[in-house]
Amino acid sequence: MHHSIVVEDLSFSYSDGHTALRDVSLSIQPCEKVALVGPNGAGKSTLILHLNGILKGQGRVHVCGLDVTDKNLARVRAMVGLVFQAPDDQLFSPTVYDDVAFGPLYQGLPQSEVEQRVQEALAAVHMSDYARRVSHHLSVGEKKRIAIATVLSMKPEVLVLDEPTAGLDPRARRSLIHLLAELPLTMLVSTHDMLMARELFPRLVIMDEGKVVADGPTQALMDDIELLEAHGLERP
Amino acid sequence: MHAHFLDPYIQRASPIHRLDPRIKLVLAIAFIFTTALTPPGAWPAYVLLFSMVLAVELLSDLGVGYVLKRAVLALPFVLAAVPVLFTLGGPALVSLPVGRWTLELSQPGLERFLSIALKSWISVQMAIVLASSTSFPDLLVAMRAIRIPRLLVSVFGLMWRYLFVLADETLRLMRARTARSGQSDLPGLKTGGSLLWRARITGGMAGSLFLRGIERSDRIYMAMVSRGYDGEVRSLPLPALRPTHWLVLVCGLGILVLLLLLAYLV
Repeated sequence: MHHSIVVEDLSFSYSDGHTALRDVSLSIQPCEKVALVGPNGAGKSTLILHLNGILKGQGRVHVCGLDVTDKNLARVRAMVGLVFQAPDDQLFSPTVYDDVAFGPLYQGLPQSEVEQRVQEALAAVHMSDYARRVSHHLSVGEKKRIAIATVLSMKPEVLVLDEPTAGLDPRARRSLIHLLAELPLTMLVSTHDMLMARELFPRLVIMDEGKVVADGPTQALMDDIELLEAHGLERP
Repeated sequence: MHAHFLDPYIQRASPIHRLDPRIKLVLAIAFIFTTALTPPGAWPAYVLLFSMVLAVELLSDLGVGYVLKRAVLALPFVLAAVPVLFTLGGPALVSLPVGRWTLELSQPGLERFLSIALKSWISVQMAIVLASSTSFPDLLVAMRAIRIPRLLVSVFGLMWRYLFVLADETLRLMRARTARSGQSDLPGLKTGGSLLWRARITGGMAGSLFLRGIERSDRIYMAMVSRGYDGEVRSLPLPALRPTHWLVLVCGLGILVLLLLLAYLV
């Protein structure tokens, strides 16, 4: 199997001189579900933006059998579904349908295929009735699901989510957790939700100050209270 | 994940930076007015004005190259003065036939055009030095001090504050679009869609940015009201100007008036 994430010695500094990543190495096997935790400003979002080449640092990023280089960018973006933290950023089209269809339409797929992909993606997030709705008027939980559908319609091999449960009420959070458990994709999820991390993700990666400080089985790392406290995390 | 391109302020320890923002604002405005009021073709006055702005640039420690580079931004606006080349009467230098018409480039026209171009170039440089050597909050204080209506000043202030937020928001929207602009593994498909479709997507993005702007302004207003805002902008009184400040102000204004007189008399 080729589809997994391999990051080797990745470093990145923002244009204002702030170093966000220092020699990050990480590899994720196919169908593995990994939680990425750490305090704000640890570099989680920066790392995620490297996985489909939106940011380019020094080092090597290899996704689904392809190097993330300018030549491969378009393919990489179709294979890595990136769901941003704020669903409002993800939903930029007037209707839910237009937004979910954006990826397939951009790829130039025929109309019937686009239609089918949109229906499948909306069905996967249990939002089939929302196709003609205006994204602007949905609740945060609904927007979150639609945001996930907008990348599922590209049939990605890897799903990357940035703080998916932030700002959700308990019911919306619960149904999102069920949804993530259902999806049979390789998953890397950046989160502050330690409970969800323990429930859904067998493997945990802890980042702090731009570095990966721990990487291992979730339960074992969560039992190490000293480690968690040293990096501003709480045991659930 | 922030847009950094908007703030022109550059921190330095120069005398220009240390000068009270109120004095700086008044002198910069007076300088720009003086430049605008000099008659066309007063070349010696332009040389003097240019050497003044050059002196301020050198004193400000910003680097003359930096200011000149930014001043290039003003060049497109000079195009607005192009019709002057042909509309002023006088001895023709060149005639350009355009269809049945002939455009005559006159000598007074050329003189007027060059004057306008030079004057705007000099004025823009002074404005750049002002914006680069004074932080925006200081400029707002200065605007308030010279009795620019407070509501207008607070609108400037809010605009400045949220321009960055809006730029960040735009950046995130464009990232979300880029992240989903992929290529199918099926061979022979043209990616990117049609021009019309892409234009529609961009239109949708602009629209949602606009909606979010309106909603955010509502939320900001509610946050202001909940802290007691009643439409009246209040602020702390400003410290009094010291005698040296007044001296700098009076000398600066005096020199500018003298220069203006000179430009008309010589």
